[in-house]
Amino acid sequence: MNSFYRAHVLVCAGAGCVSSGCKAVEQALWAEVSQQGLDEEVKVIQTGCVGSCDQGPVVVVYPEGTFYRKVRPEDVPEIVEEHLLKGRPVERLLYKDESSELVVSLEDIGFFKRQRKIVLRNCGVINPEDITEYIARDGYEALGRVLTEMAPEDVIDIVKRSGLRGRGGAGFPTGVKWGFTAKATGSPKYVVCNADEGDPGAFMDRSVLEGDPHSVIEAMAIAGYAVGSNQGYIYVRAEYPLAIERLSIAIKQAREYGLLGKNIFSTGFDFDLEIRMGAGAFVCGEETALIASIEGRRGMPHPKPPFPANEGLWGKPTLINNVETYANIPPIILNGPEWFAGIGTEKSKGTKVFALAGKINNTGLVEVPMGTTLREIIYEVGGGIPGGRKFKAAQTGGPSGGCIPAEHLDVPMEYDSLVKLGAMMGSGGLIVMDDHTCMVDMARFFLQFTQDESCGKCTPCREGTKVMLDILTRITEGKGQEGDIELLEDLGKTIKNTALCGLGQTAPNPVLSTIRYFRNEYEAHIRERRCPAGVCQALFKYEIVQDKCRRCGLCQKACPAGAIEESVEELDLIGEEPAMAGAAEAGAGVRAGVATAVATRSKRKPLVINQDKCLKCGVCMRECRFQAIARV
Amino acid sequence: MKSIGELERIRREAMTGIGPRVARTRVTFVVHMGTDGLAAGARDVMMAILDELRRQGLTDCLVTQTDVTGLHAKPPVVDLLIPGHASLTYTRVTPEDARRIVVRHLVAARAAVGQ
Ligand SMILES: Cc1cc2nc3c(=O)[nH]c(=O)nc-3n(C[C@H](O)[C@H](O)[C@H](O)COP(=O)(O)O)c2cc1C
Ligand code: SF4
Ligand code: SF4
Ligand code: FES
Repeated sequence: MNSFYRAHVLVCAGAGCVSSGCKAVEQALWAEVSQQGLDEEVKVIQTGCVGSCDQGPVVVVYPEGTFYRKVRPEDVPEIVEEHLLKGRPVERLLYKDESSELVVSLEDIGFFKRQRKIVLRNCGVINPEDITEYIARDGYEALGRVLTEMAPEDVIDIVKRSGLRGRGGAGFPTGVKWGFTAKATGSPKYVVCNADEGDPGAFMDRSVLEGDPHSVIEAMAIAGYAVGSNQGYIYVRAEYPLAIERLSIAIKQAREYGLLGKNIFSTGFDFDLEIRMGAGAFVCGEETALIASIEGRRGMPHPKPPFPANEGLWGKPTLINNVETYANIPPIILNGPEWFAGIGTEKSKGTKVFALAGKINNTGLVEVPMGTTLREIIYEVGGGIPGGRKFKAAQTGGPSGGCIPAEHLDVPMEYDSLVKLGAMMGSGGLIVMDDHTCMVDMARFFLQFTQDESCGKCTPCREGTKVMLDILTRITEGKGQEGDIELLEDLGKTIKNTALCGLGQTAPNPVLSTIRYFRNEYEAHIRERRCPAGVCQALFKYEIVQDKCRRCGLCQKACPAGAIEESVEELDLIGEEPAMAGAAEAGAGVRAGVATAVATRSKRKPLVINQDKCLKCGVCMRECRFQAIARV
Repeated sequence: MKSIGELERIRREAMTGIGPRVARTRVTFVVHMGTDGLAAGARDVMMAILDELRRQGLTDCLVTQTDVTGLHAKPPVVDLLIPGHASLTYTRVTPEDARRIVVRHLVAARAAVGQ
């Protein structure tokens, strides 16, 4: 039966929106739509992540594409009554752009306007739990064509000519890898999808699995045909229960439709998939460790060669690709390799999904053509830095990557130009830092992560990162020594050259790249015992500037540690009676209180901060109306 | 899945299900649903359009509403937006008129180009 609905109400059910309460909103929508008798005209659909997770729960109404943000169940009756019944968008729930103008349609929001969606083509558009919606978007047509019209070599050739490179970190040419696995001798062969996504802050793979699981299933079947494999495994971290659930539903539906299983498209080709859950260790994302983990052994890497293409799962030829890499395959088959190669730059084709995080107005997932500059991503897609603060650096590639300072804001985001700057693409994490970030502390934070995650198998990684971390810690505590920077550089280079796997080989990157661009900050910590960004707590203290202090006692009341005390000796630092002008400037609420305090000032003893008790929380500085507290 | 043909059939059926989200639209019907429109029966008109679209199996159309109160036009009012053409406005539309409008602009047009 033809079910034509005039309006589709999409409720984002990505993990971000689930945590901000989209389920209740969806239920309220169902209830209200049926209450108003609109069941026959209006359809409520849950989708995967729309991308703007900080705006969740997100609701998009089609055909207009009206974008509602931060929707609560209480807002639903108004949306149904005003928008769906009368055709008037509910203004107070619309998005306001930087110039605080209301934007009605999703397409007109800067965040979405600059994007080009290939990988995320269906995320936030279709219901991931309904295979027919994927099919409606040309899903499984690529698989059909591959099986009925192409030889495996043709498929590999198409992937090669597209120029697609692995999105899991290293950027290895995908078609070449498929070629190696196809040529390898041994049987059976396996196809594996790496959905471990260990980089903290990255969630592009999760979003694809939650929002468009069939794109990965279809691509893996295509890969199976190309390399000669009939069995695939998707390795997902156990912390992604929603992704696992949607993936399981999708696999089940694909089997029901005969798109997985035996004799697909009556071509005699069999292919099936299983999900394997990962233990959640960062190192398990490394391909040899991942293989060990699927086999039920401890997730530890082993040296390469042999490469998985020759000796992978159970010693058999195995193709491993990342989720995002796979999601590119069906569009490449359908639109042709030339189409794909026409997007991006000379050596980096197609698009890349980034997870924007940190000091940026629009956090979330964005997909842009390779070669888009960092400046465009931060200012045009990301909406700039909050509070009009200054951009200081961006960390790309997560804990394995490096930072890009302001002077390189115009770098095109592609594999090779990032490597040249000492950073890397990695899986697409992009953390923006403003001038309140201490680069030494940031490097310490990432090294702490990799140090914790080191599997301990090889000495350079296990011991080397520990020594580096100790040095960084002492620098941030104001105990740095002359020569520490050089020591860090030496150690870093040695670890990079001698560690067994990618974890150790990349662990020093955040340190080396911050030394490269922010050496002066390291020097300030070591030589002047000063943290220029005012982050490292050991390197500054709060003090009351006595000639500005009016002894009103506000800070004393606010201090959670009781660290502000009356001085035993009377410091007669204040001359004449303070003018009331200062008090008049103070906020209306405190004015009266301040006035009495000023009147009684002379009777009070001077206030001082007891440094032994102070927690350096900064509350007193914020509370003081007279800027009488300084961070020194 | 037996064949590409079978997939294509499922795809075509499924298109209806996602039409308003992604389809390139041939005709957009805008039903004026202001207070006067509603009073004059604009909802019935809209339901008739939807029903006729379903009956004819048309999926490449959109039906939206607006709340402008037509000062110069007699309600119920329906605008037809056809890409590449000037828009058309029908006034004092009855549900029966609405069905005829659908047939005339979509079914007849489709027959004319031999689809
Ligand atoms: C420590 C470490 C962690 C990794 N984590 C991931 C990961 O979470 N997801 C991923 O796809 N690749 C990860 N990789 C890269 C994989 O080893 C492998 O190169 C990748 O899955 C290959 O797929 P691709 O060619 O499609 O990028 C990691 C590598 C290292 C060294
Ligand atoms: S709030 Fe400011 S002026 Fe008042 S006592 Fe504290 S430091 Fe002095
Ligand atoms: S920084 Fe915090 S703990 Fe220290 S004196 Fe001020 S309010 Fe008290
Ligand atoms: S989870 Fe809803 S926008 Fe990302």
